[in-house]
Amino acid sequence: MSDETTNPMREQIQAAIAENPVILFMKGTPDQPMCGFSARTSAILQSVGQPFAAVNILPDPRIRQELSSISNWPTIPQLFIDGEFVGGCDIVTEMYESGELHQALGLDAVATGSSEATPEAHAPEAAPLTIENRL
Amino acid sequence: MSASGADATPDELKHRIEAGIPGASAEVTGDGHHFNAVVSAPAFSGLSRIAQHRLVYDVFGAEVGDRIHALSIQTKATESIA
Repeated sequence: MSDETTNPMREQIQAAIAENPVILFMKGTPDQPMCGFSARTSAILQSVGQPFAAVNILPDPRIRQELSSISNWPTIPQLFIDGEFVGGCDIVTEMYESGELHQALGLDAVATGSSEATPEAHAPEAAPLTIENRL
Repeated sequence: MSASGADATPDELKHRIEAGIPGASAEVTGDGHHFNAVVSAPAFSGLSRIAQHRLVYDVFGAEVGDRIHALSIQTKATESIA
């Protein structure tokens, strides 16, 4: 379990977190989320106009296992900004509503909770990153 | 009743949170798989939101994501009653 000498999956996840300023680990993809919590979190990022990398954790159970071990967080989705774990759906939602998410992302604060249309599920500008399923 | 066999209930989660976090008071709703917990505790005082939520997740360990399929959390720090 605590073999940290060679763990390609863990290294790949850590590299993805380091290389992408905003990265969301989710069930499914922003276009096709497979869980309501992942859907909501990715919709929030899209609604604030933030390009982000997305990793679908479903293809390989080891992704989630390693991710949770890195973040010490049991649930999906998980958002990282500038290499730092920010939270899951509950925390991202609270931060969005309070304006903290805009701050964390370095975006101009906008009025939240307004009559903004429901975020459309268009693809983010950053190509979704895929961690390939390798044996 | 064994905690591992049957479906989890909101009541079970409430009691385990309140037993696991000193001074905590929890309101839990849910359908046996997806739960929402609103937890107040003096132990949250001074902790980041992430740290507060971790305290709640830690009560259930590996059951979160498994037996407890999803657990939404809202936390509030309360004054400790001396």
